[in-house]
Amino acid sequence: MWTLASATREPDPARSRAPRRGVGRSLRTLWRRRSAAAGAVVVAVAVLSALFAPWIAPADPTQQRLLERLRPPALGPHPLGTDNFGRDLLSRLVYGARVSLLVGVVSVAIAAVFGAAMGLLGGYYGGGLDTLLMRVVDVLMAFPLILLAIAIVAVLGGGLVNLMLAVGISSIPPFARLVRGEVLTQRGRDYVEAARALGAGGGRVMGRHILPNTLSPLVVLSTLRVSTVILTESSLSFLGLGVTPPTPTWGNMVADGTKFLQTAPWISIVPGIAIMITVLAFNLFGDGLRDALDPRLKGDIGLPAGAAMGGGRR
Amino acid sequence: MRYLVHRLLVTIPTVLGVITLAFVLIHIAPGDPAELVLGDYIGVTPEVLAEVRERLGVDRPLGVQYVTYVSRVARGDLGRSFRTNQLVLAEIAGQAPFTVLLTLAGVLVAVFVGVPAGIVAAVRRNTPADYATMTVAMVWLSSPSFWFGILLIYVFAYRLGWFPVFGAGTWGDWRSLALHLVLPAAAIGVRSAALIARMTRSALLEVLGQDYVRTARAKGLADAAVLLRHALRNAAIPVLTIVGLDIAYLLGGAVVTETVFSRPGLGKLVVDAIYARDYPMVQGAIMVFAVSILLVNLLVDLSYAVVDPRVRYA
Repeated sequence: MWTLASATREPDPARSRAPRRGVGRSLRTLWRRRSAAAGAVVVAVAVLSALFAPWIAPADPTQQRLLERLRPPALGPHPLGTDNFGRDLLSRLVYGARVSLLVGVVSVAIAAVFGAAMGLLGGYYGGGLDTLLMRVVDVLMAFPLILLAIAIVAVLGGGLVNLMLAVGISSIPPFARLVRGEVLTQRGRDYVEAARALGAGGGRVMGRHILPNTLSPLVVLSTLRVSTVILTESSLSFLGLGVTPPTPTWGNMVADGTKFLQTAPWISIVPGIAIMITVLAFNLFGDGLRDALDPRLKGDIGLPAGAAMGGGRR
Repeated sequence: MRYLVHRLLVTIPTVLGVITLAFVLIHIAPGDPAELVLGDYIGVTPEVLAEVRERLGVDRPLGVQYVTYVSRVARGDLGRSFRTNQLVLAEIAGQAPFTVLLTLAGVLVAVFVGVPAGIVAAVRRNTPADYATMTVAMVWLSSPSFWFGILLIYVFAYRLGWFPVFGAGTWGDWRSLALHLVLPAAAIGVRSAALIARMTRSALLEVLGQDYVRTARAKGLADAAVLLRHALRNAAIPVLTIVGLDIAYLLGGAVVTETVFSRPGLGKLVVDAIYARDYPMVQGAIMVFAVSILLVNLLVDLSYAVVDPRVRYA
């Protein structure tokens, strides 16, 4: 977020009021630490509910109970209500966390590995290879993330693995650009020269010396990108291009509810809130991580979409 | 002028890459194109299949197909839809106005909500107004657009009855067009609005501390005049950047939003084409998306010079 960025970077504002600013700043720091911590807690809760879904969920997420259709949220057996098949929404929500988080983490891992490799190779060797790799990144960036993912899913077919591949490939550009930029600044450093003088080959210099130095921004970007990927995955699921029903995903739960929006709005609203809270948590947690790991990046990749650093992958 | 030529020349390989990617995507798609063209016709003989294959040119070597494809695209021939047998380009041209309209409206929402919000947050820094604005921005950034659209439908169409729910209205009747546009435009615009608000805020904070702003203030200029005449002009660049980068997101968002609101448009065209496995249509549409995004980015780059005379392209 921009809030803390301004605390350190901006010069004194023209209209400063000394005492209030002090209070304001400490309030802000407190709020930021709290928000990062809250983000971490929510992420942890989501991960735990995904891992232990069978123990947490009060009911089978796919079991239909025709006598209990469209129950609104209320105290009792269905705290978040039921959908048009009488399926328990809380249970579906808990199980739905699995798909979102799995796709979020795996896709980002795919993107980070391929992106980092492209960035390392391009940045280190430069020349024609660099130009070629960066052209590929340009081409990928010319497509809206969601559209590229849709096109890949259309070609490969649906299903969890293809979904992760599609979203992962589409998310490569910001990683490639981030790592390439880091490599370019590290390449001329003395320690790289020293490693080379000691006879280390390109692979060794890149893997053992340069990569560790790009790790913190990579971790920060990864965390922030999980939120973008979750949004993309839920959009694909919403369009029916994600994991096949009856497996609950937050996106297809929202889609299921649209037909009953007038009579049973909670079916769509509840899973949307889950998406929003989870994405928000990853954003806040990522911002906090950035402040802790890599203060240099403040304000640069603060946009969850990585607009600044990632050249605007949306 | 030289910059313009250079910038155009750099865009060409990217466009070629986009065409190549579209070609590759379709050729790794499973299924025989000839069978897809013939679709549900019963009693297709192998001879007919072979004839269709020959007519489509899919029996020729891949390299030949690629060259033919690129030269056809260069002449503006995107092929015919498998489903309707209409020219792909004609169908796209028929749907494009709806999407262009929606995207432009989304940009308007983003700028007219985002910039004032950012100004308020910057001027009232560290006050509840600032925190509230930035919190709302963060929440908006974390909400999936399809879900936000559904919330808007629920509240403003179903509960309050202010706006129609589905479709895009009728061409020529501007009132119906406008009414149908408000909710979808808000749904795709809020994310960019949130980004712009954050950008405007931080850009303004940086600018407000600079000497020339202090000078303007010392001259006795009113706060509003300082803000509008001096500060805001310098904050325009980051805002412009966001609009340029986010145009891809907005166009991608149109795909989802059009589905939510059952609006006609390119997004709906793509999604329907994917369900029908109408590959030429998918191919053509994603290409049109990518090329328009490249063009918008080109325009944004060029407009920097207009907004900020200090930017000189040598």
